[in-house]
Formats: sequence, C-alpha cells, structure tokens
Amino acid sequence: MNIADELLKGSRLALSRAITAVENEYDDAVTIMQKLYPHTGNAHIIGITGPPGAGKSTLTDKLAKEYRRQGKTVGIIAIDPTSPFSGGAILGDRIRMNELTLDQGVFIRSMGTRGSLGGLSRKTSEAIKILDAFGFDVVLVETVGVGQSEVDIVKTADTTLVVLVPGLGDDIQAIKAGILEIGDVFAINKADHEGVDRLHTELEMMLDLNQTKIEWRPPIQRVIANRGEGINELAEAIEKQIVHSKESGQFVSRRTNRTKNELLAMLDEQVGRYVRKQLLAYGKFDELVMSVEKREKNPYAVVDDIMTTILR
Amino acid sequence: MEKRVRVLVAKPGLDGHDRGAKVVARALRDAGFEVIYTGLRQTPEQIAEAALQEDVNVIALSLLSGAHNHLFPRIVELIREKGMTDVLMIGGGVIPDADIPALKTAGIAEVFTPGTSTTTIIDYINANVN
Ligand SMILES: Nc1nc2c(ncn2[C@@H]2O[C@H](COP(=O)(O)OP(=O)(O)O)[C@@H](O)[C@H]2O)c(=O)[nH]1
Ligand SMILES: [Mg+2]
Repeated sequence: MNIADELLKGSRLALSRAITAVENEYDDAVTIMQKLYPHTGNAHIIGITGPPGAGKSTLTDKLAKEYRRQGKTVGIIAIDPTSPFSGGAILGDRIRMNELTLDQGVFIRSMGTRGSLGGLSRKTSEAIKILDAFGFDVVLVETVGVGQSEVDIVKTADTTLVVLVPGLGDDIQAIKAGILEIGDVFAINKADHEGVDRLHTELEMMLDLNQTKIEWRPPIQRVIANRGEGINELAEAIEKQIVHSKESGQFVSRRTNRTKNELLAMLDEQVGRYVRKQLLAYGKFDELVMSVEKREKNPYAVVDDIMTTILR
Repeated sequence: MEKRVRVLVAKPGLDGHDRGAKVVARALRDAGFEVIYTGLRQTPEQIAEAALQEDVNVIALSLLSGAHNHLFPRIVELIREKGMTDVLMIGGGVIPDADIPALKTAGIAEVFTPGTSTTTIIDYINANVN
C-alpha cells in the first residue's frame, strides 16, 4: 500500500497507518510526510487545554458536533500521559466521544505522550499535518492537561482554548500555570457548579491586568459541556478569534513561527543523530567519560575537542 | 524505534459493568502497552471503526452477557472488511467451553475464561502480536 497516495485519495485506513508510521518512526515516515506536506495548511487547528478532569474531552466531543452541524469535517487528536514506569498508557478520551465514532466526517486518534513533557506527544504536530492533508476542516487537539509546560500547544495551534473549572480551591490556578498568556479563548466549564461567578470575575480581572494581549482581549465563555450548554457561543467566540487573528496578521506570523521552530527542531534532531553516529566512529568516548568522571579532564574541553574532530 | 503495541479494550453488548475490562486495561498498561479504552456498550460497528482509527495491533473483547456467539464473529468480519488483516483478536468473559472452537474458527485467536491471570493474557499477546 502506498500510504500517502491512498490517504490523499481518501482512505481512512491509510490515514491511520500514516499516523502510526510517524509515531513509531517507521522507515517510510519521512517519505509519507514529504508527499503530504504540500497538502497541509488548510485546517483550522484548535488546541484544548486545562487541568485533568476539567471536561476537555467532553467539550471536544461537543465542539466537534457543533462543527459537524456547520458542515465542517473534524479530525481529533486526544493525548493522555504515558506511564514513565512501564512506557504503557491508558488512552481513555474516546469514552466521551463515542457518539462521533461512526461519523465518517470525523476521525479520532488517541496518542500517549511517550516521554515528551510539554502536554503534547512528540509526534503531535506531524499527526496534525496528516489530518490536515487528509482534508479535515478543523483539527481539535486535546492536551494531557498536566500543569507542566502547556506552552507546547500554543506553538502548535491557531487557537488555544483554555478550559477552567470552578472549585479547584485555588482560583489563582490560572496565573500559576502561565495559562493567562496562552489562552486565546477561555471556557469556564461545569458552570453548573458552585463558584462560577467568583472564578469568572477573577479571570476577567486578571485578563484586564494582563498586558500581553492588548490587541485581542480573550473572551470568557461559560459552558456546561456534558449538557451541551454554551457550546454555540463558544464556537462563535473561537470563530471571532480566528477572524481577528487573520485580520491582524497574527495568524500568519504564528504559522511562520511554527514553521521556523519545526525546521530548527528537525535540524537539531538530524545534527544530534549525526553527532552520535560520529561519536561511535570516534571511538574512545567511554574513556573520555571516565576521565571526566575522575576529574582528569573537564567536560567543556572534551566537548570542544569532540566537536572540532567531528565537524571538521 | 518508538514502537508500542496498541490494544483496543472493548466491551460489546449490553451488560452493565466493566470492572474486568478495567483490570485488564491497567495490567496491559503496566506491561507497556498503549491501551485504548472506549467504555461500555459498544456496537460491533463502533469497535471496528475505533480499531481502524487507532490502528491497534490487538483487539481485546470482553463480554459477560452471552451474546459472544453473535458479536465476536461480527466484529471479526467488520475488521476484515476494513482491510485490517493483521489484527490479533482475543476475547474474554463467561464463555462456555463448547462455544470456543466456533469462535476460533470465526477468527478469534484465543479465548480467556474467568480466572485467567492477566500475566497469561500479556504473555499471549507478546507471543502472538504482529
Ligand atoms: N457537572 C458537570 N460535569 C461535567 C461537565 N463537563 C464534563 N463533566 C464531567 O467531568 C468528568 C471529566 O470530564 P472529561 O471530559 O473526561 O475531562 P478531561 O479530563 O478534561 O478530558 C466527566 O465525568 C464528565 O462527565 C459539566 O459541565 N458539568
Ligand atoms: Mg480527556
């Protein structure tokens, strides 16, 4: 099976296999991505982030249904943490999306973080490109939502939706995670719970104080995801954001930045791989490790030496 | 390089709890597998489509309601229709010994009856997965 060609002809099996090839770094992954790349750039990429249990999966399900009502097709990537001990994972986001499974205008793929720390998996951006090339109008990316460096999603998405919930005790949660800076749109989910007003007021205040987004004041939308309340309005808020982003030039500058970062990351990886390979040929690396360990040599000088030898 | 075995743990049929499936899911995760768990009451169509979207290597079906003679072969059929020829399909639950040969003929590779240790299941998957 020629995966890229089949995918471009609309094969969902090829789509699925392409993501696997990239995720597992199979030999044909680069060829596939080379063929698909010219077909990317058309999907609206929306990142959905927020603490575990906030209702991200439920909201993703409801937003996808809203886009389907608008006649758009939707690709979904749902990321859950990989266990650092076993390397395994339980990917359970689909539980909230079962009604979408049989819709041929939707494709859902679960991914484990597989050792990546930033709330996305290392291969998320490639998986997004694959869904984009297949032709989905919207790609929704649900992050793992651990409060680490959720900044990853900002670099990857056109619109970042931050989902917050009342009653997590500490409403300053937003500031702490640096989440104010990353949100283009905020959803306060579980608006049926106590403490919504307070969270809403605090969030408004913080966003007013926040100087980094003068051009676009992120809107806050209350939703009750499991009942589907507020979803229309949320989709409208997202739509306004993307229109504004396109008019202001932010959309293009973000994408240019993304391309730049991706190129640099690819270069880093290639150079790193090259250096490691050369290191084997260079021999005596283990010896050098020992001499650094025994303080006979210092690591800075050793690295300098290796670099001049390898990259001569 | 980064390859992981992906397993869809699915519960077809209408029976109401998934304790057994969850125990298996956790054991598989601890054995290093990526487990896609879709919850209760999945139709054969949903299971087959989820397996395709997730490109799983293994489908582990768990069933208590006794509809295995109908549901398991139906899922095998749908999976093959989708062109997924290399998926290992296994089943578990309260399944009478007399039914097992027919299920195997239908394409269920192995059937694990209640009391089977999760280690047995894990070893089986490791030995037989493509
Ligand atoms: N009360 C209430 N519960 C909700 C709401 N949205 C989601 N939930 C529930 O919150 C739990 C976690 O939701 P989930 O979407 O899995 O959260 P995630 O971990 O952020 O993906 C589930 O039991 C949902 O049914 C809501 O608006 N109100
Ligand atoms: Mg989730």
